Parts: sequence; C-alpha cells; structure tokens
Amino acid sequence: MYTASDLRKGLKVIIDGEPYIVTAFEFSKPGKGQALYRTKLRNMITGLSIDRTYREGETFEPASLEERAMQFLYKEGDHYHFMDNETYEQIIISEGSLGDAKNFLIENFNVEVLMFGDRAIGVDLPNFVNLRVIKTEPWVRGDTSKADFKPATLETGYVLRVPPFIEEGELITIDTRSGEFSKRVKE
Amino acid sequence: MAKNWPLAGRKENLRQRARLLQGIRQFFIGKGYLEVETPHRIPTPAPESHIDAVPSETWFLHTSPELCMKRMMAAGYGKIFQICRCWREKERGSRHLPEFTLLEWYRAGADYQSLMDECEDLIGFAAQAVDAWPTMNFRGCEIDLSSPWERISVNEAFQQYTRISMTEALKKDLFDEAMVQEIEPKLGIRKPTFLYDYPAERGALARLKKAEPGLAERFEFYMGGLELANGFSELVDSEEQRKRFQVENQNRQSLGKSIYAMPDKFLAELDDMPVSAGIALGVDRLVMVFLDAETIDEVVAFTPEEL
Repeated sequence: MYTASDLRKGLKVIIDGEPYIVTAFEFSKPGKGQALYRTKLRNMITGLSIDRTYREGETFEPASLEERAMQFLYKEGDHYHFMDNETYEQIIISEGSLGDAKNFLIENFNVEVLMFGDRAIGVDLPNFVNLRVIKTEPWVRGDTSKADFKPATLETGYVLRVPPFIEEGELITIDTRSGEFSKRVKE
Repeated sequence: MAKNWPLAGRKENLRQRARLLQGIRQFFIGKGYLEVETPHRIPTPAPESHIDAVPSETWFLHTSPELCMKRMMAAGYGKIFQICRCWREKERGSRHLPEFTLLEWYRAGADYQSLMDECEDLIGFAAQAVDAWPTMNFRGCEIDLSSPWERISVNEAFQQYTRISMTEALKKDLFDEAMVQEIEPKLGIRKPTFLYDYPAERGALARLKKAEPGLAERFEFYMGGLELANGFSELVDSEEQRKRFQVENQNRQSLGKSIYAMPDKFLAELDDMPVSAGIALGVDRLVMVFLDAETIDEVVAFTPEEL
C-alpha cells in the first residue's frame, strides 16, 4: 500500500479498479494548512488524464501489472511495434499509451511491456538509458556567461537540456523518470 | 568544466541571492531594527496542527524562530529581525525544501495593516538591490512592484475565485483544496497581492479582530501565485494562547501526529509582550521570484538530494 507522501511521477496505482500512472506531481501546503499532493494521472487503459488532489495519509493500492520482456521493433505512424522475446508474438502499443517512454525508444531496445489482462497498456523502461546526441550547438570554451544549459536533440527526436560541454555525436545517460540529462558516457 | 556542473551553473543565481540578502539587511538596519540570532535547536516547537518539527535527540530543530523572538519582544526588544535556517519535516516539492531560509521580523506598536505597508517597502528596496525595480517578470507575468499592492480579504477571494463561500468551505472541510487549486494561482499576477483576514482557526498565534472574532488579523502575500510570507497582529494573552495550543495539539492527536509539550517559558513571558505584529518570509522563494526560477532547487547551493 502506498500513502500520499509516496506519490511521484511514474508511480502506478489502482483507482476505481483501473490502473493509473502519475504523470505530474506537485507538493502543496497553503500557509498553516495541511499538506496536499496534487497529481495528474493517466488511465493506462483509456489514455485519459484526470487531476486529483490527495491529503496526507490517504492510501493507494499499487497497480501490479504483469510484465513481459519485449523488444521494440519499429514505429509506424502512432503505432509502436514490439516483439515478445519468448514467443516472438508481435504487438502494437499506441503513442498515447506509451506516454513519455516514446522519447527513449530506439530499434532493438529491450523493455518490459505492461499487461492488463491480455492488453498491452504501456512499457516500463530502465531508470537510466544511453542515447546519442544528434544535434546541439557547439560550446564556446571560456564562455562563462549564464547559459548553464543548452538544448540537444537525441536520436529519438527527443529534445532535452544538457550541460554546455556536451557535443554532437556523444552518448549520454538520461534518467527516464524525469526525462533529464544524467551524465556523459565515456566511450 | 567542473564535475559538479549543476552547482557551477548556479553561480549567477547564488550571487543574486547574496545581493538580495544584503539588500534585506540594509533595509532593516536602516530602519533601526536589531539583527538577532536565536537557537536553532529548541526543547519544544509551537504546537500547530500541520507543522511538523524535525527531532534532534530529545529536542527539535525549530520550524521558525517565532517563540524565541517573541520572548525577546516580551523582554523589551522593540524592533528585531532574523535571517535563519528552519526545518520542517517531510516538506519537499518544487516550492519546498525541508531546510529553508526564513526572514522573520517583529515590531512593537504595529498591527497587521502597518506590517503590510512595510512589506511593500521591503520588497521595493530588495528589488532595487537586484535591479528588478519597478517591474519584474515571473512565470510569464509582468509584476508591477510599485505601491499600493492589491489587498483582498479571504472572504472576498472565495467570492471572486471559487463557487463556494469561505464559511461553506470550512464547514465542508474544503478550505485548503480551494485555496491551493482555485485561489492561490490567481494571486499576485499583475501586482503582489495581500490576502488577509483568515478564519480564526487558521491563525493559532494571531490576534482576533475585535469587530469580527471569527477572523484573525493575519495575512499572507503572493507574487505570481507563489506564497511568500505570513504575518499577523500578535496574540499577547498567555491564557488564550495556551488554550489555542491545546486545541492544536488535539488536532494533531486526531491526525495521528505526535503531541508537542507546552512551551511554558514562552507562555509565562507572553503577557509582557507589547502590542506587536510579526511576519515570516520565505527567502528562497523570494529569490525564486526575482530570478524567475522554475524550482526552489535552482536558488540554493545544495538540495538534500545533492548531499
């Protein structure tokens, strides 16, 4: 059982019998008032999002979904094709159900596909993945002005903020929970 | 490039933070306030329903310097200010750090209205210290800092921004939710906003309004939807204060929280305290506003996660 203070982005819980994933989270506390946990949750079956505010001490049942090891094959429009590593069965997951995970998928990447009964409703990624930077502005050495971050585009098309010393073609580690740069990979 | 590049990248923010702190000190010293320091580690915090102190052996880290500073007021220090670290258990989010910096000041003879005026002066002065006068940008709002600021009572705010009245919200136990979801995001958008006259039960250490004892002479101020400070006309009646602490402790018990011992020395001296008003302002948040920072993490050298 989770309580409200366990809520964070990516946590999966059961609400009214259906699995939801926390997609946004904010801790609030009005002056002299109680702690409130504001969340945006996506229904993992319908893809629809809801806003909910919880109080300290409220409890949640974790959504324990069956996981199947699969490989990401390719993307076709909004459809992402995966193959079961054991049975070679191929399945499709829509872009909406993937959520932020779509930002980190490259061909042949191994993921855990989440099953709700017979339905594939999302994927679980490792906390950290390595992806290559395909586009970013060069760093002017000695420039110590305010710019402590610059944008970089990854091979998946995802754009994130990286420190200025990262160069095009480099491999970097990304924290998939926050979507943020974690470190440079030494090759 | 330093290994700890996020810290290296905060240099400009931390410089501005230092300038702001210097501006704040200059403001108070110029107005004849005495800068004081009181212990961070205290035997018991003020019992309040929703503020939890971090234990330190059998004592606690203070959640604000309120009790000690009021004891100084009771002993005849008429104008004092303090900038110090405070700790509150389990408060962490994009606007909260469990260890944060508070500016607290007290003035004898003042009430909450005159303290609001002083807030306007302070923020104006501080803004000049960081070259943000008279307008500044925060989260896409251009905030005009010139006096007078917007002042709206809690009652009016409920009427203006929600579909229920303040009384109804309290009865249905929806006050905090309405505040966080409907009211706060609308405050301090064009000008900083004072929200004042809170329900009596939301001001455990505040004086009640003579004409309307259901309301406490308490205010908060907001910039760009962010709560920055909480001030009030001080309650200086020890018997009444003891009763209020008992009620707060009962609330704590019903919420399954630990009960705090009565701060007896504070209560014994409270009747000596002159009519005064006092206020606590979140310094990290003020820096956030002036630097248009997205999260509180960007304005401190280290977050707890980075230690």
